[in-house]
Amino acid sequence: MTEAAAAAVSIRGVSKRFERGNVLALDAIDLDIGPGEFVSLIGPSGCGKSTLLRVIGDLVQPTEGEALVNGKDAHRARLDRDYGIVFQDAVLYDWRTVARNIGLPLELAGWDRGRRTERVAEMLGLVELEGFADHHPWQLSGGMQQRVSIARALSFSPALLLMDEPFGALDEMTRERLNGELLRIWHELGATVVFVTHSIAESVFLSTRVVVMSARPGRIAGIVEVDLPQPRGPETREHPRFAEHITEVRRLLRSGGMEGL
Amino acid sequence: MSNAAAAAPLSQRRRIDPLPFLRSAATSLLLLAVFWALWEGYKWLGERVGIDWPFTVNERTMPHVHEMFGQLFEPSRRNGPLLIDVLADAALFTAREAAVGFALGATIGFAIAVVLSESRLLQRGFLPYIVASQTIPILAIAPMVVIWINPKLPDPLAGWGAVAVIAAYLTFFPVAINTLRGLTSVDPRAVELMRSYAAGRWSILWKLRAPASLPYLFTALKIAAPAAVVGAIIGELPSSIQDGLAGAILNFNQYYVTSPPSLWATNIVAAAVGILFFAVVAVAERLVVRRAPENVA
Repeated sequence: MTEAAAAAVSIRGVSKRFERGNVLALDAIDLDIGPGEFVSLIGPSGCGKSTLLRVIGDLVQPTEGEALVNGKDAHRARLDRDYGIVFQDAVLYDWRTVARNIGLPLELAGWDRGRRTERVAEMLGLVELEGFADHHPWQLSGGMQQRVSIARALSFSPALLLMDEPFGALDEMTRERLNGELLRIWHELGATVVFVTHSIAESVFLSTRVVVMSARPGRIAGIVEVDLPQPRGPETREHPRFAEHITEVRRLLRSGGMEGL
Repeated sequence: MSNAAAAAPLSQRRRIDPLPFLRSAATSLLLLAVFWALWEGYKWLGERVGIDWPFTVNERTMPHVHEMFGQLFEPSRRNGPLLIDVLADAALFTAREAAVGFALGATIGFAIAVVLSESRLLQRGFLPYIVASQTIPILAIAPMVVIWINPKLPDPLAGWGAVAVIAAYLTFFPVAINTLRGLTSVDPRAVELMRSYAAGRWSILWKLRAPASLPYLFTALKIAAPAAVVGAIIGELPSSIQDGLAGAILNFNQYYVTSPPSLWATNIVAAAVGILFFAVVAVAERLVVRRAPENVA
């Protein structure tokens, strides 16, 4: 097996130039993410971290280079439903109940009703929303909506979860609780997670590696290996290494052009 | 995000509360009474002080409201059937044209919107012509539609089929424009999500764009439903169709001097048909469109 096939995500010399404004959003990015890793992409706004996530998901075409997912090109991987994606807003369908929102990817994958119902019930348990199957999205709080969105992304058991600032719109307390839940789910499923955030503490708390990016053009300023013990919980934030990692990430952000950090 | 509200218990979800309904019905009745009072009050005052601007107020220009309704239960001519029976037949005839035209126009409008939503190029090319189609006065094209279509029509459609086409002509436009807007107004991230589930164009259209466009579609249908009735009435004129509401209007227009309330009664029936069409669409909307309460118009 080649090295590319072994990596969950392999980014090779990816550059992205947006025609409009002639902006170089990503400049020759190389990054390998191993199976089961939890990797955060952090950087100032405009550093291309969301664009990089979309390149992995085949939602944006790189100008140069390529992204491989499970050894396949990103396009093939998308058609094979190799990844689930979660955005900052839950983007649930108003006209569908919670259960039918979670079941939508399964519906598209051609699962029959019985298997779908079973799987949706399982996912509701995973995100601790049993009893909300028949609610409509607008009857849920922001945090609950985001949990539905995570359940939907995981419903078809993708090996890779792509998350674009999933908790960015939530209040601090909800965010920390969902951070904990996400780690529990990650342990339970053993999936690979690529997580875009602009919160330094969140990136250190969640990740096995933090990829710090610099802006215009988007480059990797450095990578922090987070060696905090697993499984992590509220006590992790008080671990002495936690503060040290935060300092490391902050230094890299500063070296990448973030003044005043 | 406006829905931070705690999850409501399921039982409260789709129950229709009778109180707001009764309240709005009472408001409507009250407004009707107010309008009645204003009419009768203006008539009373006008006849007393001799208002002659913008028109002379008298028994002929402003018959009593109760006379308009009362006329419905008078014979339409000596020893003839009651006016309401004559008008009910006419209304049914026109309603059939309007309903068929409405269905036809809504289908065509929706289809146009779907095709145009899939191609920006087509959208740019075709939209000006679709808009232009509505700048042609319906009275100018109605005779041509009748001349083109009528001779070809099979028996069950003979006579009124062309009128349905004219009603469809008035219906398709708001449906096409609004549905197109709805189909293309989808959150781009919702489309990205669909792509991440490996959904093709067709699935994105039917599972995402079409349901998302339903509120837009129903807004258009509510505009189009009464317009289809008006279109049918106007379409009857150049077709020389006597059996519909247009025939009744022309007829009672001629006898206005001798019996003003007859024309008014006809107008009331015509308006009632339009309102009925609107109401049917509004009920269908309630049954079909499920949205957050704050988004319901």
